[in-house]
Amino acid sequence: MKFKVNNEEIFASTGGRPFNKNKPLIIFVHGSGLTHMCWVLQTRSFAFHGYSVLALDLPGHGLSSGKSLKSIEDMADWLSDVIDAVDFKEASLVSHSQGCLVAIECAARYPEKIKTLSLMGGAGAIPMNPELLSLAENNDPKAVDLMMDFAHGPSGHFGGHPVPGLYHMNTGSMLVQSKEIKDTLGVDFRACQNYTNGFKAAQKLSLPTLSILADQDRMCRLKDGQKLADHIKNSEVHIIKNCGHMMLLEEADQTLAILKNFIKTNYPANY
Amino acid sequence: MDPKTYKFDTLSLHAGYQPSKNAGSRQVPIYQTTSYLFDDVDHAAALFNLERGGHIYSRISNPTVAVLEERVAALEGGTAALATSSGMSAIFLAIMTLCQAGDHLVVSSQIYGGTANLFRLTLPKFGIKSTFVKPRDTLGFKKAIQKNTKGIFGELVGNPGNELMNMPEIAKIAHNAGIPLIVDSTYQTPYLCKPFEHGVDIVIHSLTKWMAGHGSSMAGILVEGGNFDWMQNDKFPTMTEPYEGYHGLSFAEEFGPTAFTMKARAEGMRDFGPCLSPQNAWNVMQGIETLSVRMQKHCLNAEKMVKFLSNHESVAWVSHASLPEHPDHDLAKKLLPNGAGSMIAFGIIGGKKAGEAFINNVKLASHLANVGDTRTLVIHPASATHSQMDEATLKFAGLSQDMIRLSVGIEDIVDIKNDFEDGFRAAKKLKLLGNNEI
Repeated sequence: MKFKVNNEEIFASTGGRPFNKNKPLIIFVHGSGLTHMCWVLQTRSFAFHGYSVLALDLPGHGLSSGKSLKSIEDMADWLSDVIDAVDFKEASLVSHSQGCLVAIECAARYPEKIKTLSLMGGAGAIPMNPELLSLAENNDPKAVDLMMDFAHGPSGHFGGHPVPGLYHMNTGSMLVQSKEIKDTLGVDFRACQNYTNGFKAAQKLSLPTLSILADQDRMCRLKDGQKLADHIKNSEVHIIKNCGHMMLLEEADQTLAILKNFIKTNYPANY
Repeated sequence: MDPKTYKFDTLSLHAGYQPSKNAGSRQVPIYQTTSYLFDDVDHAAALFNLERGGHIYSRISNPTVAVLEERVAALEGGTAALATSSGMSAIFLAIMTLCQAGDHLVVSSQIYGGTANLFRLTLPKFGIKSTFVKPRDTLGFKKAIQKNTKGIFGELVGNPGNELMNMPEIAKIAHNAGIPLIVDSTYQTPYLCKPFEHGVDIVIHSLTKWMAGHGSSMAGILVEGGNFDWMQNDKFPTMTEPYEGYHGLSFAEEFGPTAFTMKARAEGMRDFGPCLSPQNAWNVMQGIETLSVRMQKHCLNAEKMVKFLSNHESVAWVSHASLPEHPDHDLAKKLLPNGAGSMIAFGIIGGKKAGEAFINNVKLASHLANVGDTRTLVIHPASATHSQMDEATLKFAGLSQDMIRLSVGIEDIVDIKNDFEDGFRAAKKLKLLGNNEI
């Protein structure tokens, strides 16, 4: 659905069900350069089972208008504005990669609004490889090729998509290239590079938090995800084996099962 | 710093499959089953609602077929693929996913006879009409677009006349009109050409041909490039508007770069059911494992046959894009850098009767209605593959009565040439006897 946030038209998938203001809200926050579509194997399940779902396209990404936000702090404030814009007082956040930085910062700034945090492939800081950052900021498609290489584990590189017939690497590449690379991936990578408040924000959190990590993650390594989890009280950690950074697609069933168990326990559905 | 992603030859062998998830089986297992157990009612509902990936019934998807689909998507540079029981069913499924009654298509006139009949005779029965344009008439494709046109369809190298479409320019025409370009790339395989790199949106293959190579199994596939914006206009409501068949799902919103394949599977395979058998999928994969080495030999032999035929006294003309005098030679160098393929059209001196004598007297070359076998194949299109066309349609499709279509195999080139000499000798003998009338 489309709705206005700060006068910009924003798109969010509602998981294939009409948006319902009487059901608890889960907001899905994508990673650098991506869109709502990376969440398709999680959102529909929650939308069909008692939740209102918004899988966002960040400003300037996917089907949302406007320009990409330049800092993680701005994205965190914007996320709070999203909750206001859809007339909710609170939400659970599910995030991936850069989205985890946004979610942590948002939960630290607006503790009254955020009820649970689910962090996938997250870290307290995501310093960028200088060459990759430069390629993305200069609109070079090689940045996407490198990102696809780093972001995928065996399921991405060899294949074996949970949805029959889909191929991870090229689908991911097309998602990132749906807009100008420099305007999405370039801006997002720079925002990650500049963000230094992750661990401080994490230490402020006291809400139920889930970290789903992957043992072959080369974007946000397992040890970095574990370090972030160690900074958060009430943090539950699950490690998916033989999987890369895109666990939400590469091992979608495992990811969904862990996520469902955590959210149903800490943020029950309203049927 | 360069990405360490797998390259073409590696993907031909490995893409789409992980032994660790299949009991360690190094070969792709053949899942010879119709259906798949659900864990519980929630699991069943989740699969039917497209909440999660997985298999329900082999008409919709099958694990062995899915490996083939992912492998071809990987080789083509596509986001997704859907395998079908034949190339023709892949074309039909693509059109039925794209169009509804009242829609219109612009179609290259030089295409396989069966495909031509589908567009000319069968699709109008579903209310879908087509305007045919000669493949070299690039501007003609633009002129033929109407308000209700939903796509352009063609073969990069036309069957059987070997005329090329200017794929990049026609893609621009299609995109300026807000419609996709669909190309049957059977003749090329992704080894010779990756149409997505030239602006194509949907690629079709008859996998029966070079992709499999062994001539044992029927199969087809449609592959999605993932770059076409279905939401840019209101031409594709079945892609963009809520679909009653899946609780109001919008395929374009939900699946973006894989929306076309998802719709083709969820709707098309459900309702029409042209599914590929797992055994045939497996057979095709055995061929794909050696695709690049076979295509190199096919092209090498084809170039040698082009020289042989061009210098032969019994041959009136030869059409193959590797020839400098071929009108599309420069375009072929750009679009087909790894070789112009192994399909040759040539005219035999003495016309139709000489052609018949030639075909009746070759022994090694097989006379049959197929192309892209590892064995050399010949046919006389006017009396076989395109025989359902009248004289005017034949001419518009670029066919002549003296034309022989040759699909060059990977046998020893000397043996192929010797076999052809026998055929030409028989045709010449016929001429000497005075039976050379057309």
